[in-house]
Amino acid sequence: MEGVLEIRWHGRGGQGVKTAALLLADVAFFTGKQVQGFPEYGPERMGAPVTAYNRISDEEILIHSNIYEPDYVAVVDESLLSTVAVTGGLSEKGAVLVNTAKSPAQVAPLLNGYKGQVLTIDAGKISEEVLGANFPNMPMLAAVVKMTNLLPEKVFMENMEDSLKHKFATKPKMVEGNMQVLRRSFGEVQGL
Amino acid sequence: MGKRDRLSGNEAIALAMKGMNLDVVAAFPITPSTEIPQYFSQYVANGETDTLFIPVESEHSAMSACIGAQAAGARASTATSSCGLALMYEMLHVGASLRLPMTMACVTRALTGPINIHNDHGDAMGARDTGWIQLYAENAQEAYDNYIMAVKIAEDKQVLTPVMACQDGFITSHAVENIELLSDEEIGKFVGLYEPAEYLLNEEEKVAMGPYDAPAYLMEHKRQQAEGMMQALPVIEKVAAEFAALSGRHYGLIEEYQTEDAERILVVLGSTAGTAKQVIKNLRAKGEKVGLVKIRSYRPFPAAAVAKAIKKAKAVAVMDKAEGMSGIGGPLFGDICVAMNGLGGPRLIDYMYGLGGRDVRPEHIEAVYRDLAAAMAGKADEEQLIKKAGPYYRYLALREE
Repeated sequence: MEGVLEIRWHGRGGQGVKTAALLLADVAFFTGKQVQGFPEYGPERMGAPVTAYNRISDEEILIHSNIYEPDYVAVVDESLLSTVAVTGGLSEKGAVLVNTAKSPAQVAPLLNGYKGQVLTIDAGKISEEVLGANFPNMPMLAAVVKMTNLLPEKVFMENMEDSLKHKFATKPKMVEGNMQVLRRSFGEVQGL
Repeated sequence: MGKRDRLSGNEAIALAMKGMNLDVVAAFPITPSTEIPQYFSQYVANGETDTLFIPVESEHSAMSACIGAQAAGARASTATSSCGLALMYEMLHVGASLRLPMTMACVTRALTGPINIHNDHGDAMGARDTGWIQLYAENAQEAYDNYIMAVKIAEDKQVLTPVMACQDGFITSHAVENIELLSDEEIGKFVGLYEPAEYLLNEEEKVAMGPYDAPAYLMEHKRQQAEGMMQALPVIEKVAAEFAALSGRHYGLIEEYQTEDAERILVVLGSTAGTAKQVIKNLRAKGEKVGLVKIRSYRPFPAAAVAKAIKKAKAVAVMDKAEGMSGIGGPLFGDICVAMNGLGGPRLIDYMYGLGGRDVRPEHIEAVYRDLAAAMAGKADEEQLIKKAGPYYRYLALREE
């Protein structure tokens, strides 16, 4: 749709893909945008491929269908590259972001001939090193904000601090850890 | 001026529930409505509302508990979906015929089987003849607004009929969207306190409820019950006008979108109305005279308003999200045919669509409008997306090869 930024997320059940899409809707909402954030539910089990979507616009969003021609795609689990057509319908003026230790040049040949921009981030590693566990969704969220230029880093970080303080009111340590993840992720997107 | 927020349809319903001065909420979890009692029970546990929350052991019990509470003199509500609504079926009739003005948030989903958790209207359409008023919502905002208005519609002395406020499972129940909220105080003031004329715990004037109704009386009682349903039409409009004064949001029995000069009109319930509006914008930009009628009040059915809206069109597509298994099309099609009976008017074509969560894409809606153009020109339908199912209706986006 013209004037509407459309993002598709691919991941696996348990990786926080839905949460990432809803948080992206949150941060866009805080900057005064019209937003949609919604998951596509398949078999409800850990590890099953899941898809989530965002629409972000200055105008009212009327449409209620999944997104088939996204401007951007975020792949939270790189094992999906061989089983799901993650770049299907993706605009060549847009970009695809993959969570991987590989470089964009190494990932590009795995994307079914996609000719647009390819970005990578090692979200698993960042999460392991900062939080001690693999929660790839927060690094991916920061990287998607950077990829789409949706809002300036400073505004994003301020909004996220408010959201995280609210979400982890009883676990203040989680706020600092996640903020560190977000800050670091902004600097570690490859291929820009 | 309301508070701007972004919420899923389910969160919005739970927030509305908190403001509605409810005495009792009884519910049993079932996808996709589960989040409603889940969020609401947190408000209860946090002391944010003094509503009694009854976590019952089945939906039959949920409806029974609501009936018991409302008959005793309390204001009661519940939320459910799919097989949960089906399990309530017996009690839906009991509550409606007792003229108990309860409310329900119905998050629509396919009925088993085959088992499927996704959206269609098979569950709500199965309850369309139970004597409940049914309102359908396009988005989270309308789900929230309709549910709040449901209390005043149900409790109106001319109506005294329970109301089911329906929204599309997952499509709006689990999608976060922009929404404008009212405060608990504003909602509470709008719905007021429940003051029943007759109730079981009234020691001054004792009444019996639900005794045996012999052949000498049942027919008269059904006629009276139907009168309540018919009286709901003007009351739904009256309550909408009061709600507009509070919220600035206007609602009718139906919503007409670009119908003024439309040659081709689509009639639809629920979230697909939004997708269709976007398609209409695109087609109008190319000069095509297309429009939409969204049914907000499905029960009672606003036949006169619908007939007025579509009678000048040349071809009309009726969109059914429940098979109905009549062999002659879906339930909405039947209602539209009754509304147009004897009036002449446009060619009517019924489309079965979106069953079991089949995604309804803009190109599907475009195909329907192209199909209507072909019907207007008297040409055979060549569209790939649209399959004929017998002589009376068609299937949209069906895979049959």
